[in-house]
Amino acid sequence: MADKVLMKGNEALAEAAIMAGCKYYFGYPITPQTEVAAYMAKRMPKIGGVFLQAESEVAAINMVIGVSACGKRVMTSSSSPGISLKSEGISYLAGCELPALIVNVQRGGPGLGGIQPSQSDYFQATKGGGHGDYKLIVLAPASVQEMVDLTFKGFDLADKYRMQTMILADGTMGQMMEPVSLEMGEVKEYAKPWATTGTKYHEGRNVVNSLSLSPAQLEEWNINRYERYKIVERDEVMYEEYMMDDAEICIVAFGIAARVSKNAIMEARKQGIKVGMIRPITLWPFPTEALLSASKKVKSFLSVELNMGQMIDDVKLAINCSKPVYLCNRTGGIIMSPSEVLDKLKQIEKGEAKAW
Amino acid sequence: MATTKILIAGFGGQGILFAGKALAFTGLKAGMEVSWLPSYGPEMRGGTANCSVTLSDTPIGSPIVDKPDVLIAMNLPSLEKYFNETEQGGYIVYDSSLINKNDTRDGVTVKGIPATAMASENGLEGLANMIIMGKVIKETKILSLDQVKNSLAQMVPAKKAELLEKNIKAIELGYNF
Repeated sequence: MADKVLMKGNEALAEAAIMAGCKYYFGYPITPQTEVAAYMAKRMPKIGGVFLQAESEVAAINMVIGVSACGKRVMTSSSSPGISLKSEGISYLAGCELPALIVNVQRGGPGLGGIQPSQSDYFQATKGGGHGDYKLIVLAPASVQEMVDLTFKGFDLADKYRMQTMILADGTMGQMMEPVSLEMGEVKEYAKPWATTGTKYHEGRNVVNSLSLSPAQLEEWNINRYERYKIVERDEVMYEEYMMDDAEICIVAFGIAARVSKNAIMEARKQGIKVGMIRPITLWPFPTEALLSASKKVKSFLSVELNMGQMIDDVKLAINCSKPVYLCNRTGGIIMSPSEVLDKLKQIEKGEAKAW
Repeated sequence: MATTKILIAGFGGQGILFAGKALAFTGLKAGMEVSWLPSYGPEMRGGTANCSVTLSDTPIGSPIVDKPDVLIAMNLPSLEKYFNETEQGGYIVYDSSLINKNDTRDGVTVKGIPATAMASENGLEGLANMIIMGKVIKETKILSLDQVKNSLAQMVPAKKAELLEKNIKAIELGYNF
């Protein structure tokens, strides 16, 4: 195995995209994801690819639509306010069934918000930030290595299902450096007979479009797409179980919140509190089955997240509200400390915490 | 060593992030688990800058250091902010040419080194960060002097060889202080 290198999450993600065969990047600078664009600006010309800093986020996402319609791997990246701007284009990508990778290195919101790490775009990412019936595959890295691995996988999933993959990272994942292996597997090529590559390359005209003025046809499109979503829900769920064997409290956390929770779990275990964690790696599809089966064994759940309480709704739905679910959260760009999570665990143990 | 949490804090422009990167990179080369997390945003452009580095022999949970085992303070606000947050049995090393204080704490080793003054006396302007690093390595023994020198040689590009020499000179000055 090749030596590990020390890289920033944003840069490692960008390199992984190139290794996944992405030769087209369209973006616009915004803290804390600017290093993705800066890295692409440096690298893309060297590999015969395209780096383009668009005039706006809206322009960038529409350039992504254009390249994807031609059948090429393409990506864009931004941070929270920029993703809101891109949401119209993301809905069009979904309507046109065009694969693409969209990276959100989240910062505090709403509005212009702040620039510090946050997870408050969970709803936007998993419930559809744009209009219409659609889903994104949402991947939540919790290390620089996962920034790489999930980017590589994200392109594959997008092509495989003609879907849009979102990497839902946060400021810490983008800014931190960790040792990372850039050894990837083979890039799998998918046939794209629908791509508008020109009549020289395909029979007749290929049209990529999201417009249908026939309600019957539009309904059929949507139903067909949701059939595909069902397959993704069945086959592509990813999560990590941590110390769940004898756990009485199950923490549910992703990204940086899961890293903080691991410290809290280690400390809580020393103090005799039996706690484990299920860390969703795919936020959509959500690891519903894993949580449901955990709910048969544990006494309660604790959702740890950097927002006012968003994923906690999915936790409650997954377990049919069969056990109490508690929330430990900070927002606005503040990350809870392990001791804040530990305090919450102690309150739950003593029956002093209030369920969500 | 199980896990060492290091916090390097000072003003933007003092080489805080680079010093942290040198520690993290040396840890990586020594086969440790490492993480490096900078403060980012407005503070980089002229206020306080700080950087969390964790070195461990087991996978690292949170990369955020708010209670350091080793505090490297290069300005007064940073020393004041983290003086009492430093863990028992830990180390505090500060630049005594910028911080005029002699506080002590039970159970914590506190050392001052006039790194900025030493840098200018030795024609090593801007390398107070490496001088203080030398002192930190000497005191804490988290990494060896040779390990740091070797990793610096890999971090500094060949065409900037004169910078490598200066960095190594600075580290040694601090180490032998």
